[in-house]
Amino acid sequence: MSQFAINLLFVGASFALYIGIAIWARAGSTKDFYVAGGGVHPITNGMATAADWMSAASFISMAGLLASGGYANSTFLMGWTGGYVILAMLLAPYLRKFGKFTVPDFIGDRFYSNTARLVAVICLIVASITYVIGQMTGAGVAFSRFLEVSNTWGIWIAAFIVFLYAVFGGMKGITYTQVAQYVVLIIAYTIPAVFIALELTGNPIPGLGMFSTHTESGVPLLEKLDDVVNALGFRDYTADVDNKLNMVLFTLSLMVGTAGLPHVIIRFFTVPKVADARWSAGWALVFIALLYLTAPAVGSMARLNLMTTVYPDMAGQVENYEDATTNPIRYEERPEWVRTWEETGLIQYEDKNNDGRIQVYNDGNEAFAETAEQRGWNGSELNVNNDILVLANPEIANLPSWVIGLIAAGGIAAALSTAAGLLLAISSAISHDLIKTMINPKITEKGEMLAARISMAGAILLATYLGLNPPGFAAQTVALAFGIAGASLFPVLMMGIFSKRVNNKGAVAGMLTGLGATLLYIFTYLGWFFIPGTNMLPNTPDNWILGISPLSFGAVGAIFNFAVAFIVSNATEEPPQEIQDLVESVRYPKGAGVATGH
Amino acid sequence: MADDKSNAAAYWKANVRLITGCLIVWAFVSYGCAILFRPLLAGIPVGGTDLGFWFAQQGSILTFIAIIFFYAWKMNRLDKQFGLGE
Repeated sequence: MSQFAINLLFVGASFALYIGIAIWARAGSTKDFYVAGGGVHPITNGMATAADWMSAASFISMAGLLASGGYANSTFLMGWTGGYVILAMLLAPYLRKFGKFTVPDFIGDRFYSNTARLVAVICLIVASITYVIGQMTGAGVAFSRFLEVSNTWGIWIAAFIVFLYAVFGGMKGITYTQVAQYVVLIIAYTIPAVFIALELTGNPIPGLGMFSTHTESGVPLLEKLDDVVNALGFRDYTADVDNKLNMVLFTLSLMVGTAGLPHVIIRFFTVPKVADARWSAGWALVFIALLYLTAPAVGSMARLNLMTTVYPDMAGQVENYEDATTNPIRYEERPEWVRTWEETGLIQYEDKNNDGRIQVYNDGNEAFAETAEQRGWNGSELNVNNDILVLANPEIANLPSWVIGLIAAGGIAAALSTAAGLLLAISSAISHDLIKTMINPKITEKGEMLAARISMAGAILLATYLGLNPPGFAAQTVALAFGIAGASLFPVLMMGIFSKRVNNKGAVAGMLTGLGATLLYIFTYLGWFFIPGTNMLPNTPDNWILGISPLSFGAVGAIFNFAVAFIVSNATEEPPQEIQDLVESVRYPKGAGVATGH
Repeated sequence: MADDKSNAAAYWKANVRLITGCLIVWAFVSYGCAILFRPLLAGIPVGGTDLGFWFAQQGSILTFIAIIFFYAWKMNRLDKQFGLGE
């Protein structure tokens, strides 16, 4: 059977499974549609949350970023897990007690204002759409490679599949589909990692393997990796970063973004009790950690494998790594996986010094330029897109073709499950918060579900269109969405629970400031609405204010949000007594019913 | 009624104290050990690199899990103790 047929079989079988589950668990009522009837066990919910959470960014893109950035990109690991700590302690149990099913519901009621509700809907839609763009980017990479179609077609196929089960299934369908997707994606991620860890270190647990000895050279793996990349003019893999402020802010942005993202928060409305919301956050993190503890191993080992593929002499070398750089692989003898990925355009080769060999090194390093010249190198010749690393991993490690099929199914599962969860959050914000609560309260349940499905379809079309020209790698686009959610929604949610003093005016001013400041900073460097060429300043560290990257700015936006909301609230009147009683009531689990819409 | 109120206030105070403690540990392992204090921990070797690197890539994640389960367990006890559970 050809590799193409095997990929098709795995991807097709997994789709059949998801769609089957979506039909089996079809939503019968709006409550089923939004919160799965509120009757999901914490462990099941944790697993579904994990699948919802681990998107194309985590599955496809993150290990590639770790591989290229090393220690500096640990921010993704800490940021995307640490947010659950804040979520479990500062938001989830209280929002569950509040007992309605959307984020704007809480903001609108707590801040007794339809303006606040509307602003929350806008923040939610901006953050979620940005996030879905990242998913479409990732899904496009996966489909284009495995179904051997163009990137554009890959994205449209992904859009069609998401549309099918998100639209017909609703939350109930999505919850059980996501459990299946979690199982598929974690197996797909782990199996190649185990084989690679065994091959390189003899340790079957990747997370432990990366801290043990590299079998072929007898040197600790990370030390080996440092030496190898160093000989090619790159920074040490484990090198510390100079700009700690940016690193702290980036991590913080991802954390508050995690806690502010509506599709994750609504997950906690689906459990039966307040106590379950707390456990559920813990279980979600356990299931997430299974992948996140493996990812750094995948990243470091893939980097080493890539380097030893290009410079085969590197593998056994113990010292004098310069000697091992003289004999890079001939282009004619390049491995099969380089050939297949070249066809997608995600690996590009250019023989700059016409010696028929592949040289990879850091040609941006001025201190290294002289060494490179002495070696007769004329620029790095292989351009590898970060986003392919995980998908190419089984091929790099020469694993059997069914593993490649499995990872195709896993990568697609990761992208689709998150996209579906986000689309649900977007559609409920439009149909429930905008139409039902603000425009036409008399709408029938049927009409509301129809509106939800229509807005879902609209959101898919918009995100797919934007996904064709993404503002960065999947994980970077997603990081922008976190900054937006963290700066706009998280602070008001938290203040709504922990402060009785913050009022409607404060919340609206806070959200607008957080969202506005963050978008302004992002658009300044990445272009207005991500349109290339419209940026006002080049996106390089020299131009960033205090060296804060646009990806890190969410944390600053959140601080602005807190400050403005606090100052405006204290300058205006106290919230009415019944609102203070509402805040009081969400603080205690006693008397929580199931989540309701009305 | 007054008792209910002071009981509820005490529960909330205990909760906020617990959250503060957990957040200190949360910040210490991630922003502290993994980022800001990494140079100070550079002398402690862990499998080919240093302790700060380990905290950044694995240690903080493991600590986060421990914090959430500790908080959930402790809060469920507080719910019962103050009679405010479901």
